[in-house]
Amino acid sequence: MNKLNFLQPDKNNLNTYLYTGVILVALSIFIVFLNSFFNKDIISFLPGSISFFLPLILGFIGLHLIRIDYSGLKFLDSINKNINTNNFNAFLSLLIVFVVIKSLPPILSWFILDANIAGDSKDVCTGSGACWTYIKIWFNRFMYGMYPNAEQWRINLSFIALAFLGTIGFFATEKFKKYLTLYYVVVYPVIAFFFIFFFISGGPIFFDFSYGIIAAVISIIIGFFIPPKFKMYYFIIVPITLYILLKYVFFYEELIELGKLEALEWVETGAWGGLSLTFIVSFFCLIFCFPIGLFLSLGRRSDFPIIKYFSIGMIEFWRGVPLITVLFMSSVMFPMFLPEDMFIDKLVRVIIAISLFEAAYVAEVIRGGLQALPRGQYDAAKSLGMGYWKMHILVILPQALKLVIPGIANTFLALVKDTPLIFVVGLLEIVGMLNLAKTNPEWLGFAMEGYVFASVLFFIICYAMSKYSYNLEQKYKTER
Amino acid sequence: MSDKIIQITEMNKWFGDFQVLKNINLEVEKNKKIVVCGPSGSGKSTLIRCINRLEEHQQGSIIVDGNELTEDTKDIEKIRAEVGMVFQQFNLFPHLSILDNCTLAPIWVKKMPKKDAEELALQHLEKVQIADQASKYPGQLSGGQQQRCAIARALCMEPKIMLFDEPTSALDPEMIKEVLDAMVNLAKAGMTMIVVTHEMGFAKEVADEVIFMDEGMIVERAETKEFFANPKSDRTKLFLSQIL
Repeated sequence: MNKLNFLQPDKNNLNTYLYTGVILVALSIFIVFLNSFFNKDIISFLPGSISFFLPLILGFIGLHLIRIDYSGLKFLDSINKNINTNNFNAFLSLLIVFVVIKSLPPILSWFILDANIAGDSKDVCTGSGACWTYIKIWFNRFMYGMYPNAEQWRINLSFIALAFLGTIGFFATEKFKKYLTLYYVVVYPVIAFFFIFFFISGGPIFFDFSYGIIAAVISIIIGFFIPPKFKMYYFIIVPITLYILLKYVFFYEELIELGKLEALEWVETGAWGGLSLTFIVSFFCLIFCFPIGLFLSLGRRSDFPIIKYFSIGMIEFWRGVPLITVLFMSSVMFPMFLPEDMFIDKLVRVIIAISLFEAAYVAEVIRGGLQALPRGQYDAAKSLGMGYWKMHILVILPQALKLVIPGIANTFLALVKDTPLIFVVGLLEIVGMLNLAKTNPEWLGFAMEGYVFASVLFFIICYAMSKYSYNLEQKYKTER
Repeated sequence: MSDKIIQITEMNKWFGDFQVLKNINLEVEKNKKIVVCGPSGSGKSTLIRCINRLEEHQQGSIIVDGNELTEDTKDIEKIRAEVGMVFQQFNLFPHLSILDNCTLAPIWVKKMPKKDAEELALQHLEKVQIADQASKYPGQLSGGQQQRCAIARALCMEPKIMLFDEPTSALDPEMIKEVLDAMVNLAKAGMTMIVVTHEMGFAKEVADEVIFMDEGMIVERAETKEFFANPKSDRTKLFLSQIL
């Protein structure tokens, strides 16, 4: 038996040190646990300050005793390597464990144990915890805003359809893989636009939507019988002709006038709201701000002075003003400059404003990527006979964009979290609806639940986006 | 029209106030192999970058294959497509596989069908002996392999002239040989080549003529044997005595 030296634990008396250390650490955690969960202070007989610090001291000594290098026990080694490398780290680790144990009971009791979810009025919320009944009752409003209850299936249907269409990429066969980019960049946004502005918005304009769909379906079916040589012209001319025929010759006027065909009820964009509006605004702003930003970043590096200074002006202007003023301008000032009879929907104006605003940030992020590329890449592309666009599309942008995926994800996350600001123009997405609901006289005093609810939703959205961006990064990693 | 494929007359070039190329006169005939040597900073690289118009010259004229290189950049892409270039730092496209590196320009610039382009690329990769690496990415290859791929990539455009800008300077001594072998084979196949290099062995083996440059001027131009056997100018003698 070797001599025990408690100041310097070593491998020779491994078990002695290990048992003593583990018992001390377990004891310290046990004390805090009892105190926190059962409100029992088993060391209260000690003087105040000592009883407060005792768990820390015990745990600290315990961790010191089990800090044995190369003990041969895998678990012990990994603990030592990760949370117990030296005295300071041991202290921090203990502190974190204690804080977690201390804060668990109040959190648990607020979220679950003392919370109420049953019932459908404020009266059931008697406990000291959260009142989830409030969320339950207002859930519809938080999701759909002021959108009429009877029509909410339209939003659901649209989102389900769009989600389904969005996953097509996973199921595409090899043959269609090369069209995927085209699909996601051009076709999908257009479909989404049709769904949202014709289907969700409804009204007589819905007929345009259905005529568009009918024209597209008919022309695709006939398209199979057209020789490939004429396909290009065919697909440019026929769908549009069909659409115009349907709209102005066959149905439109009479059917509406006769009242034989009932249109979807018109829901003005002011009534849209809740989480669905968050999605709509974020989605379109993301789609629009990226290409605008891309062109601004290229423009800023252009050799043509007009394009260059226009781009610089745009970027610096939109970066230089607060989003809240931009939104305010778009809704209050902008219409004053329009002709009397011209009307642009408030939501459209807001989406344009946010897109331009975020495009300036995206532009600068992408410019960073463009500048990181070595000049040799430009030289090589030029020496192979590529012009400006071929060089950028085939060689420069694929590399530059890959470099800036984290930066773009950053901007996009900021964009999603900026959407609540549209309350300044009277559009109430989820946070706006919360603010509205919390001032309802029947439901005063539940702001906390609402904000927690919104935080959780935003966290889920943003975390998914950040995970996705990380996946993209891994997917396009070709170096080494 | 003579068979002079490159004609440079009275060409001057400045970087700001600094004159890099002074009064360059150079004619290159078809199928000739020319080695350009000289101390660093003497304007060799700038000269061949001018032939590709990666740098613009300010005075004089450069005529490549009957087309003059001027401000009017409309045809410049066509001319560049006929002039292949290999760089010191390889400059492969890291986001594309070796095969895609080679087929990119033929498909998008020459509008070649993908199948033909791939066949052609594999042929050229076979010639430089890296056909078995076709599906790898540049980052996974050694320097010598990358440079050979760069040669194959330039050849896939089926150029009339090949420019080499110090192709072996960034390589390990062991890898220099494999790249030079590829270049020697290319020379034997009858390609018009202008090579900026310090590899005098290569110059002796394949060059028809050697050009010695210093301080932006062509100091001496001579047949290869003549150049090494009895150089005329003192500056050339000094350079050769140091490098050989």
